Amino acid sequence: MSAIEVLALEKSYGELKAVDGISFSVTKGEVFSLLGPNGAGKTTTIEVLEGLRQRDAGQVKVLGDDPWTKGYDLHKKLGIIPQGFTFFPKSTPREAVIYYATLFGVKVDPDEILKKVILEDASKIWFENLSGGQKQKLGLALALVNKPDLLFLDEPTTGLDPQARRNMWEVIRGLEKEGHTIMLTTHYLEEAEVLSDRVAIMNHGKIIIDGTPKEISEKFGSGERLEVRGDEKLADHVRQKTGLEVSYDKGLVSVRLRDKSEAVSALSSIDQSGLPWSDLRTRQDSLEDIFVRLVGGTIEEEGTFSQASGAGPQDKGTRAKEER
Amino acid sequence: MASFNRVIADLKVFVRGYTRNKVGLFFSLVFPIILILLFGAIFAGGGGPVNVYVQNQDGGLASTMFLKYLNNNSTTTVTLVANGQDFSQFLLAHSANQGVFIPENFTNEYISHQSVNVTVYSNPADTSSPIVVETVGSIISQMNLQGAQVMYHVGVQQDNIKSQSYKYIDFLIPGLIGFSVLTSPMFSLVNISSEYKKTKLFKQLSLTPLTKTEWLTSKIIWYVVLGMISFVIMTQVGAALFGAHLDYALMIIPFLIIGPLFFVSLGMLVGTISKSVESAAVVGNLITFPMMFLSGTFFPVSQMPMYLQNVAHVLPLFYMIDGLNQAMIYNNFGQALFDVEVLAVLSVIVFVLAVVFFKWRED
Repeated sequence: MSAIEVLALEKSYGELKAVDGISFSVTKGEVFSLLGPNGAGKTTTIEVLEGLRQRDAGQVKVLGDDPWTKGYDLHKKLGIIPQGFTFFPKSTPREAVIYYATLFGVKVDPDEILKKVILEDASKIWFENLSGGQKQKLGLALALVNKPDLLFLDEPTTGLDPQARRNMWEVIRGLEKEGHTIMLTTHYLEEAEVLSDRVAIMNHGKIIIDGTPKEISEKFGSGERLEVRGDEKLADHVRQKTGLEVSYDKGLVSVRLRDKSEAVSALSSIDQSGLPWSDLRTRQDSLEDIFVRLVGGTIEEEGTFSQASGAGPQDKGTRAKEER
Repeated sequence: MASFNRVIADLKVFVRGYTRNKVGLFFSLVFPIILILLFGAIFAGGGGPVNVYVQNQDGGLASTMFLKYLNNNSTTTVTLVANGQDFSQFLLAHSANQGVFIPENFTNEYISHQSVNVTVYSNPADTSSPIVVETVGSIISQMNLQGAQVMYHVGVQQDNIKSQSYKYIDFLIPGLIGFSVLTSPMFSLVNISSEYKKTKLFKQLSLTPLTKTEWLTSKIIWYVVLGMISFVIMTQVGAALFGAHLDYALMIIPFLIIGPLFFVSLGMLVGTISKSVESAAVVGNLITFPMMFLSGTFFPVSQMPMYLQNVAHVLPLFYMIDGLNQAMIYNNFGQALFDVEVLAVLSVIVFVLAVVFFKWRED
């Protein structure tokens, strides 16, 4: 049975179509990520699912119920961290957990829950004095109080430093191991890749692609890349000599290989350039490469995007509901 | 179904936040006391005798008697000015508003039944001047009657309407209780409701089983408790420092419950229908300040011009303060009951409006 079913969901704010007819579903026990840049419509989507916003059109079922009309009862079965989670400034995490437990009418050991989200050391610090990462962990702790069947995490690591972000991932991975069904939104590719069983990339209110990170890499990735350390001149040289797709970012020259034989021509053109280079390696196209190509392409050049995503029909063909 | 446990849980969190915030606590408990001290001190001196500068050029029996009368009454005291000084210059130099000049041969003229004048210097703009003119006048006429050896026929006996006389402080305490029942829930609820909307705390609470009514109820309970605490503190301070005479009638209790109910709901309503924190504060002040000054907080409404009295009668705080006055000073429970009824009806209306307009989530 699906934990979440979304069919042709639409939501507009005045003229702006924030969510433009998306469909997907999330099965029990899986971690599903909505990945996309700011303004893609991720939060609007998740807030409709949480019962915080009313949809304009389409069908939505969360744990079998309509979240807008059955919200009050449904919330007892959901755990939610809203975007930019906040709490009463002069309450401690321990007090917050006890408060939520009473509101939900459940018995919990506050220390156990705080330990689960690695917040036990800060259990007596006022919320206003917690770090960004600790605040988000409290959000997660509160979302767990009612032993939810489904967790919604809306940008759980936005604004955190890399250390705190990895820390938070660790906590979320722990929940995955316990078999929690989780839907999260993020604009960090690495986060989606590290945490999710399945990812849907969203932009301009539409889902461009979805699948497991591996499926997406296989379907939309170029396969392998050859990378060396070098400068921008080297990147230009290789591009001119081989006609291959070469990208350059912070001292890294990256060549997209459509065929194994291209590795040889790429390497020989690097060698013949006479420019300094080092650290040769090859790797699989990451979700990030695909994301930049698909989403970045849309923003910068409309043509690149439609070519890469295989235009509308193929996009529809890969939608979650038809695959399952 | 409303849950008592949820109300109490929310109350606990709110009270902790409240008491851990020193500024909020200061405003709700200490500030009204400061107001009592301030206004009590200003007006406590108002009933004291007026100082009158006197230059006595005479020094005889009659002038000594005159000075004795002028000095030994409840309204005036005398400060003598040396005879060498120019009296009117002296008054100017000392910014004095009143002075009395007794001429050289005052006693002789009085004994020999010749007409003689004392000069009263006064400042028509000063409120104590008429008192001095009045007092001097009555001493003079008494002396005239004595000089003429006339028998008294008609006398005046003074009595107050109640066995004890009311002092300003007696009115001030109920007024300031009303003031604190208005201001602390109003300011804090206007702020909280708009602030929680902005930080999306309401949205988060909507994801729990807590209902809007439960949330609002816990705020009302706290402000009732707070109102009762400040009621006790203020009446005790008023009685201890300024000798305020106040009755602790049972009739006070409904006011201390319905008052916070009304102003918590009103604050919530203002905060919830305002678009931003800033506009909520402006609307809140627009409602609070006129009510604060026109409802009999700092002075009785009956001292205001008629058209302002009419305005006062549409202000909810007026019924709160009038009710407290009726219960605590006049023991007029019929009028107090009427005031409570007016407040109760208004409170129910505002509470329902606040719950209806208050949105956890937006669409």
